Amino acid sequence: MADIRNYTLNFGPQHPAAHGVLRLVLELDGEVVQRADPHIGLLHRGTEKLAESKTFIQSLPYMDRLDYVSMMCNEHAYCLAIEKLAGIEVPERAQYIRVMFAEITRILNHLLWIGAHSIDIGAMTMFLYAFREREDLMDCYEAVSGARLHAAYFRPGGVYRDLPDSMPQYKASKIRNAKEIARLNETRKGSMLDFIEDFTNRFPACVDDYETLLTDNRIWKQRTVGIGVVTPERAKNLGMTGPMLRGSGIAWDLRKMQPYDVYDRMEFDIPVGVTGDCYDRYLVRVEEMRQSNRIIQQCVKWLKANPGPVITDNHKFAPPSREDMKSNMEELIHHFKLFTEGMHVPEGEAYAAVEHPKGEFGIYLVSDGANKPYRLKIRAPGYAHLASLDEMSRGHMIADVVAIIGTQDVVFGEIDR
Amino acid sequence: MASRMEVLKSAVERVLGDKVVSAKIALGELTIVCKSVNVTEAMTTLRDHPELAFEQCIDVCGMDYSTYQDQPQDGPRFAVVYHLLSLTHNTRLRVRVFAEDDDFPVVPSVVEIWNTANWFEREAFDLFGIIFEGHPDLRRILTDYGFVGHPFRKDFPLSGHVEMRYDAAQQRVIYQPVTIEPREITPRIIREENYGG
Repeated sequence: MADIRNYTLNFGPQHPAAHGVLRLVLELDGEVVQRADPHIGLLHRGTEKLAESKTFIQSLPYMDRLDYVSMMCNEHAYCLAIEKLAGIEVPERAQYIRVMFAEITRILNHLLWIGAHSIDIGAMTMFLYAFREREDLMDCYEAVSGARLHAAYFRPGGVYRDLPDSMPQYKASKIRNAKEIARLNETRKGSMLDFIEDFTNRFPACVDDYETLLTDNRIWKQRTVGIGVVTPERAKNLGMTGPMLRGSGIAWDLRKMQPYDVYDRMEFDIPVGVTGDCYDRYLVRVEEMRQSNRIIQQCVKWLKANPGPVITDNHKFAPPSREDMKSNMEELIHHFKLFTEGMHVPEGEAYAAVEHPKGEFGIYLVSDGANKPYRLKIRAPGYAHLASLDEMSRGHMIADVVAIIGTQDVVFGEIDR
Repeated sequence: MASRMEVLKSAVERVLGDKVVSAKIALGELTIVCKSVNVTEAMTTLRDHPELAFEQCIDVCGMDYSTYQDQPQDGPRFAVVYHLLSLTHNTRLRVRVFAEDDDFPVVPSVVEIWNTANWFEREAFDLFGIIFEGHPDLRRILTDYGFVGHPFRKDFPLSGHVEMRYDAAQQRVIYQPVTIEPREITPRIIREENYGG
């Protein structure tokens, strides 16, 4: 009788459920996974090495391209690391704007995740609903920074500019008639904060919609309940953070435990799972969207009442205003030095971590006093999560691997760096 | 916050004893330096001692100090930096371990202590060529299959050594020496103290 050997299957790198460029070598016994060996690095761009040859501000846009579905959160960690090393005070309004956009980013990320995760395991319509709301938030990105994805809006010392007074409106075109355009523009009549406020008022109902589609859906439960169970002990040992850790029942959230910017003034709850399976992590993320919505509402309320500067007046790190530059020699010199030579971050090392939508995103920055970082290490949450794929998928069916990749919410921009 | 770091510092020094070569608090973060021979023991203590309880290893990263401040260095060239997190006490700790031999840097692996270190150590091996003794599966991870060299070392050029293109005559992808001229638009400068006020 011939030996029965395990069957090795190549999953990806062009598989639609691989969330980018994951090459997964699966060792199968029939349909049961014996071993999963992810081959990563197909999107490796050497961001950390590139940063060593660029000034601090030149590397900031690279941060957007790490986790390209939660752009501003990456910038947030980078800015916090520089601010920690240089001891820059960030104006209060800038901190509120950053918290608001960090939460908008969290919703953006979770919307993409819920769409992609559900389309992976068979719920086709979710994607369209999630992208409908994403569109509005993308418009906020565009209004504030000029770019829909790679914003480069957060800067060391604050944010690039204040929130706009008006929201850009749609114009009638061949594909949309005037009546339809008027409906779309209805919420865009006021300022950007009005638009965001209107969004936060209707968003909870949208989350309810998603939940009616998925939470009690029999097929959804069959695909996620009891799949990829991680015990709290294993979750800690495997370096899981964010929703992956909370899904296993550990109430750990950096926004609460080690608050940065103005998170200590925000009221929100931390959702926690019980069993640590894919379904619990789904529930945690859905609840996080609701909590983010609450935080945004609090920020909008504060921002409407409190105008002020949005970037530090330390011109060694942030550019002076155009008006000052034209009347003041010193400001002109500051501007020239800042944009030719760049900022000099004092010698030292700092680690700054933020509660990124996917987990703990950290920047370990070593500076030797030059205008470029000596070493920049990016701690990507997805990297640790994907490393645990082998353990999580062992003994599961091949179709469950897709559910586990989905629940880990991997994005290769940050894993491969 | 500062006093909390002081408490942690004295606890770490008391528990680890002479395994701590030096301990320093800067910017609200505690950094300790350990000798590579003591790594396994020290890290196990850091994880298991109830007063420290660093259950999570957040990050392991390689360092190459050879061009620090653009000056020749006296100390060892390579180091591994661990970032630990205690969920119980809500504290962070940075552990730096220097590899004694510059030509063949070896540091004991901590995969047995924190399984998450597996990929982080593979990354440090891939990018810096640091060998982790006792690692179960020390393969390259981020660079291409068949890549030569360790790209994050300071003596590795930014544009690399080889480039890849499709050769129409041979009808396959070939590697050739890089044709890009290296250029530096903004030079790297270290200013003296209090430059420009």
